[in-house]
Amino acid sequence: MVTRPSVLPLRAGLPHFERSARTSRAAVRPPTGMSVLRPLDKQPGLNTATILLVGTEDALLQQLADSMLKEDCTSELRVHLARSLPLPSSVDRPRIDLIVFVVNLHSKYSLRNVEESLHHVDATFFLGKAAFLATGAGRESHCSVHRNTIVKLAHTYRSPLFFCDLEIEGFRATMAQRLVRMLQICAGHVPGVSALNLLSLLRSSETPAPEDL
Amino acid sequence: MDETVAEFIKRTILKIPMTEMMTILKAWDFLPENQLQTVNFRQRKESLVQDLVLLCESKRASLRDAALLDIIYTQFHRHQKVWDVFQMSKEPGEDVDLFDMERFKSSFEKILRRALKNVTVSFRDAEENAVWIRIAWGTQYRKPNQYKPVYVVYYSQTPYAFTSFCHLKSNAPLLSQKFETHNSTMPLQETLELDMHMDSRIIHENRIEKERVQRVTQETFGDYPQPRLEFAQYKLETKFKSDFHGGILAERKEPLRCLIKFSSPHLLEALKSLAPAGIADAPLSPLLTCIPNKGMNYFKIRDK
Repeated sequence: MVTRPSVLPLRAGLPHFERSARTSRAAVRPPTGMSVLRPLDKQPGLNTATILLVGTEDALLQQLADSMLKEDCTSELRVHLARSLPLPSSVDRPRIDLIVFVVNLHSKYSLRNVEESLHHVDATFFLGKAAFLATGAGRESHCSVHRNTIVKLAHTYRSPLFFCDLEIEGFRATMAQRLVRMLQICAGHVPGVSALNLLSLLRSSETPAPEDL
Repeated sequence: MDETVAEFIKRTILKIPMTEMMTILKAWDFLPENQLQTVNFRQRKESLVQDLVLLCESKRASLRDAALLDIIYTQFHRHQKVWDVFQMSKEPGEDVDLFDMERFKSSFEKILRRALKNVTVSFRDAEENAVWIRIAWGTQYRKPNQYKPVYVVYYSQTPYAFTSFCHLKSNAPLLSQKFETHNSTMPLQETLELDMHMDSRIIHENRIEKERVQRVTQETFGDYPQPRLEFAQYKLETKFKSDFHGGILAERKEPLRCLIKFSSPHLLEALKSLAPAGIADAPLSPLLTCIPNKGMNYFKIRDK
């Protein structure tokens, strides 16, 4: 069961955006300014695109990072790996263009970790600069997190959800490719396409939300 | 001839492709030429194998002979195995010893036998000062498993040794220790791995925490392979304690009983890898880490 997060879901429709963004920011729990990740609080680096992978399974994150860096890409990529949020303040980091929350369906601990990390992300990230990645769905017998749980979580945050068994090299390489393209868009390196455009595109091809059925 | 040896020889010969059969049998040199000529090599493979095994039986083939055949087969099929490379490094100031192959073989075997009760060690010299070492591992109570041997190919005039591991990664440090009596080893693979992680475009936000976890794990479990354990069991018997006054279970007089059983092909190595893999926090609960110290794997936990 997914507990309702403190961020209010952002409804579609730009006119409402301003209002709901403000209320949702108010609803985002604590922390001080420093430990909430904001998408636009830093200057972008020249031709640099930075992705942050958040998840407990360090080995998988590392492999995914390696696969991403193997891709041919005109942008200069940076991959930050974090176990959870908030990030330690001691690290000097560039502006983060895309956050991918990695949940291992075999581990409730990994889900809980992501759920708690989500509270430290500013709501504006969920306008196309955040995504969820669920791994381990291929081995159903090992799954202790139900598929619907992660589907609901992603839906609540109105963000794309990818299923990919990161342990399998071929799948991981394909996923890495997608993430690199997505990252470039989120960093503004693809003329004419913004993160929000991409999000709308992805959403329109989605199956209807569980609660809409 | 022992039944297990016969079975082992049969399975090994069955693996050999017909095109290589004669070559390998000749290299083995256990069945003499004239006897081989009496065998019909044109018949179906199963029948051919049966005939060959009968011949081996009549010559009283031993486990040693069978192991030698296995080495020869592997030498012909070395490309089918995955090999790790170890580079041995000399401490600065050490002299280069003159290498004596026979002395090396006998001391290698002696050391292994001393360390492990059940082990089969076989040697075969090969081209260019190389020696192929075949090691079949057993446990304290089980005979060596001949079907999952480890191969080490050592080129005596170089600092390199090649090993093919099956699934017994835990024996790696033990094996490299054997070479330490002659040289000190440093797995090449590890240095390569380090380079991969050093890609400067990847930043570990929690590097400090990762290092702490590694340190704590190393302090708790040490560097050497853990004793092989397959399960641990914890029985818990306690009264329910609740913060909520008047909860349903708070008034229960019967203690709560709970049984947790961990099982794994190598439980202690699995526990050791929990924190570095991000599955558990470090340090682990002392209930788990006390197993080797206490020499127990059945625990009863009761209220004080």
